[in-house]
Amino acid sequence: MSDEFVIEARGLAKQYGPHVAVDGIDLQVRAGEVIGLLGPNGAGKTTTILMLLGLTEATRGSILILGKDPLRRPLEVKRDVGYLPDSVGFYETMTGRENLTYMARLAAIPRGVVGERINSVLASVHLLEVADRPVATYSRGMRQRLGIAELLMRQCRIAILDEPTSGLDPQSTQELLDLIQKLSRGGMTILLSSHMLDVVQTVCHRIALFNKGRIGFFGTIEELAAKIGGGTYVIDVEAEGIDLSALAATVDGVKNVMAVNGHWQCEAVRDVRPQLAQRIVAAGGALRNLDLRRARLDEAYGRYFREVHQ
Amino acid sequence: MMVREGSPFRGVGVIALKEAADHLTSARMHLIMGLVLLTAIGAVYGAIGRIKDTTAEDAYLFLKLFTVAREPLPSFAAFLGFLLPLVAIALGFDAINGEYNRRTMSRLLAQPIYRDAVLFGKFLGALLVIAIALLTLWLLMTGLGILFLGLPPTAADVVRSLAYLAATLACAGVWLALAIAFSAVIRSPATSALAALSVWLILTVFWGMIAPLLAGLIAPIDPLDPSTVLAQFEAQQSIARLSPQTLYAEITAILLDPAARSVGPLFMSQLQGSLYGAPLPTMESALIVWPQLSALVAAMILLFTVAYVAFQRQEVRA
Repeated sequence: MSDEFVIEARGLAKQYGPHVAVDGIDLQVRAGEVIGLLGPNGAGKTTTILMLLGLTEATRGSILILGKDPLRRPLEVKRDVGYLPDSVGFYETMTGRENLTYMARLAAIPRGVVGERINSVLASVHLLEVADRPVATYSRGMRQRLGIAELLMRQCRIAILDEPTSGLDPQSTQELLDLIQKLSRGGMTILLSSHMLDVVQTVCHRIALFNKGRIGFFGTIEELAAKIGGGTYVIDVEAEGIDLSALAATVDGVKNVMAVNGHWQCEAVRDVRPQLAQRIVAAGGALRNLDLRRARLDEAYGRYFREVHQ
Repeated sequence: MMVREGSPFRGVGVIALKEAADHLTSARMHLIMGLVLLTAIGAVYGAIGRIKDTTAEDAYLFLKLFTVAREPLPSFAAFLGFLLPLVAIALGFDAINGEYNRRTMSRLLAQPIYRDAVLFGKFLGALLVIAIALLTLWLLMTGLGILFLGLPPTAADVVRSLAYLAATLACAGVWLALAIAFSAVIRSPATSALAALSVWLILTVFWGMIAPLLAGLIAPIDPLDPSTVLAQFEAQQSIARLSPQTLYAEITAILLDPAARSVGPLFMSQLQGSLYGAPLPTMESALIVWPQLSALVAAMILLFTVAYVAFQRQEVRA
């Protein structure tokens, strides 16, 4: 992951008559990041995606995708951005290969490399054997993988996936998540809009919580959990040869220390693992485990929206 | 001023060829073209029989293949005028809303092309298919004419019939643009097809009744003033010409009949010095129907513009 921002949206807003769909959001995404776009239906996720793609004009605000404005330089932006919509549609009577070939021609991929590239991406999404069957015979999971194959074929730098796992069986979901992680490892930046919180937790580095057209929270799941838990980070510590309750109290930021089931649990206002480790080792203790408890997104999400609605 | 990057026509060829291939292989197209082909062969066969029975010698025998009818079948030109709008509507009624219903629109527009390319590509693809069908029918007519009449068409016949073919394509373009406009405005393909067919029904079948009615209201006849009869006729003709079918019928009448001199009322003063029944040069005939041809092209452009504006302003969410 690099520090370069590949997506920068500032004060982005979209209004349909009197209805405000997106209300001045800021979004900055680094290259290689996987960002989860979360929120209830009608919160503004899809409208934001369409504005990022240049398919809908923003009422106000600015967007830069890889340093380019999608409205002024739409072709350049579209060349680098792939989009897999919710319930991706294909031309049913055409085969998987023909669908990809058609999109390759529209994307102006040189004819000389199209065939080879299509074979390669179809193999990577495990569709090579059924490539010459009409898409009408494909299952939903196969269609989603064909959509991913299109993003791979176009060698996009940014992929926007809208509900890619909805309606998929567990095995297909896992296959798709593996593919998304593979794309991310390959350096692709991914925006993933989903209601499936376990999916988001599995693959996303950061999340943006949309609510009533605004981004209420943008950060890691741990930061979200800390925010809604009154800024509390929970750290599990297993150490021998020291009294952690006394030791941890001297670490700046620690609020509380408890013994729980044979180990210690520290509550702190920030991630104090480095300071704790240093103190334990300096005091001659044997540090066995130091773990920032991974917040569960479904819990954090539920609490966040309960608090927002109160 | 914001200047668009790249050409709006990038991708037009790819989309047009894909659309043409889809149409040529679709069951819908096979059915309707089968119908057109059967009726065309029937009409030509009937015309050949009648020409053989009644015409001993005619300088424009080939052109008569298009216009001569034998009961109960109408002429080939009349058949084409009736069925061609149906072909055009069949090819265009789900051009835009079909992409939304298949959920392929957002993926299509996420490719590095402009919306312009989608609309132009779809229009040109369908028009290409109609042009291929018309050319095939024309070649079939020519072949049947040579086979059964034993006379090859003259150069003037070929030019006139090709001009007629171009006018037929322009007429089909009007109905195609109308169908595409409905497909851009109405989200349900069934409803857009019904809307286009309703317009076709009104302008083809009922317009002949509506035009005199409206003309009677606009320009009533004064029994004491004979010029009001002419005024009402002209008003009726103007109203009737709002229908592309009227324009097409006038073009057909002039182009396929070299002896025809006018599409409106013909006065004795206009015939002064002319030889009765003498044919007009092809260019003269073309000049007579030039306004009708221009009107068809203008209607096509106007309807295409409506489709273009509607499509450009649409929010794409599927």
